[in-house]
Amino acid sequence: MTRLLALLLACCAIFVAACGDDEEESSAPQSESTAESSGKIQRNEDNSKVQLTIGSKNFTEQKVLGEIYAQGLEAAGYNVNKDLNLGDEKTALAAVKSDEISAYPEYTGTALLSFFGKKADELPKDPQAAYEEARSGFEKDGLVAFPPTPFTSSNEVAVTQDTADELQLKTISDLKGKSQDLTLYGSPECRQRLDCLLGLQQVYGLKFAKFVPVDIAQRHEVLTSNRADVSIVFTTDPQIQREKEVLLEDDQGMFPPYNSTLVMKQETADAAGPDLEKTVELLQEQLTDENMQELNARVDLDKKDPAVVAEEYLTETGLIG
Amino acid sequence: MSSTLAFLGEFGDAFDYIFHSRESEAGGARVGGSELLPLLWTHLEVTALAMGIAIAIALPIGLALGHTGRGAFAAISVSNTGRAVPSVALIAFFVAFFPRTPEFWNVTVALALLAIPPILTNAYVGVRQVSPEAVDAARGMGMSAMEIVRSVELPLALPLIFGGIRTSTVNVIATATIAPLVGVLTLGDPITAGSVHGRAGQIGASIVVAALAVAAEAGLAAVQRAVTPAGITLERRPLNRRLQTVP
Repeated sequence: MTRLLALLLACCAIFVAACGDDEEESSAPQSESTAESSGKIQRNEDNSKVQLTIGSKNFTEQKVLGEIYAQGLEAAGYNVNKDLNLGDEKTALAAVKSDEISAYPEYTGTALLSFFGKKADELPKDPQAAYEEARSGFEKDGLVAFPPTPFTSSNEVAVTQDTADELQLKTISDLKGKSQDLTLYGSPECRQRLDCLLGLQQVYGLKFAKFVPVDIAQRHEVLTSNRADVSIVFTTDPQIQREKEVLLEDDQGMFPPYNSTLVMKQETADAAGPDLEKTVELLQEQLTDENMQELNARVDLDKKDPAVVAEEYLTETGLIG
Repeated sequence: MSSTLAFLGEFGDAFDYIFHSRESEAGGARVGGSELLPLLWTHLEVTALAMGIAIAIALPIGLALGHTGRGAFAAISVSNTGRAVPSVALIAFFVAFFPRTPEFWNVTVALALLAIPPILTNAYVGVRQVSPEAVDAARGMGMSAMEIVRSVELPLALPLIFGGIRTSTVNVIATATIAPLVGVLTLGDPITAGSVHGRAGQIGASIVVAALAVAAEAGLAAVQRAVTPAGITLERRPLNRRLQTVP
């Protein structure tokens, strides 16, 4: 019942947000284009013998990533199928293991917490270390995890540009001495999460005037309406760029890395040959926080199809075309 | 889990949650026991304010409509439409369209709107069912319209009016549990944030809310008995009992 209520509320919030966006569209700056990449994907006809099925989990960012890998690998000559929208990480991993799909993108932090039994406080803070740990975890299952994306999809501490200017905030540490007058908004779970309120208290020693738990769908709206001084958002949320929010730098390393890595069976990777890893690396080169925000924005806010957005990414970065 | 209540299983754990604070599900925060007091306070505050606003709006309108006998169609229509609006939608609507108003007031006003229909209808019907002879007699004694409403119609309609207020209060107490979705921490917090409070919290808070509703119902019934004039109580006892079951 409560889940139904939350869902209803989220729907209402989304509906209302969607209405609001229409008005802003005219005034919003034209979507920035994503930067040039260092190379172009080379087509190799030999690869057409290799059949690959790219999967993804069931949310925007995953679908965009799935499309990027699928279209990029197709450009490299592979014979690619898609099975996006697979559900949660457990479903997706099971699909790889049962050969239902060949590969899907997974976040290093999620893999460590959900697959390899890590506790939240044991997560490495260094993206490379987190990747290495996830990679060796996957290796034991006969899976290979390709090098991770530059972007990470973790929690972030966000303030409005005005708040950042007024209080001269750049890092989370800058909140010291000021947080006791500020209101923090986050998800209800935030109270007990080390990458949320608990971490802000324990790692940074911050005390906020008030913590208000709200439904996760409202995390940007509370900032723009000035109800929240500080809000916990996700790195790749599209609203960050569009609404000129400022993410405070995690200078003491409280947020574990959630970079995305393509997970595949070792034997599939071996059969696909060296072009596979080369292509994946090329594809990921420009997947920075900013670009991922922009791509998510085009799907969530501009209502474009993930396939179209992925193609735009590949063309704008010069990977295909 | 306290050993004395262990035989109750999950319910025992829920009672333990109500009376003793504990670590949250994933650790790091205290929940239950005395931590429930601020939630209870906000819950009562929201309920009381919403009911205050609702009564202040619905009662005069209901009395006036009943006294003049006009607008029956309007009163009943507004009431029935009002009951059909889902409370979550109303709260979401207020938060979305008045984002700069504090959430507390958005929730309070939304709940007040939900509380109006039963009070309005019952006040209207209550005044209409006052016997015309009594009103005629009052008019014959030279009472003004205001005096008739205050000294004849209102006291005679009190049982029904209180029926409406009681229904609304129970509604509001139950509906205030969804306020945490927009950041107002009522007793609904343990229910909506199950991942923090656990099942014990969900069940425990539900028990507290149910107890609160029953207490409010019983308390208002006592108030009603105390303020209803003795003559009416005697005269109307059979009718009164029947009408109280009207929602």
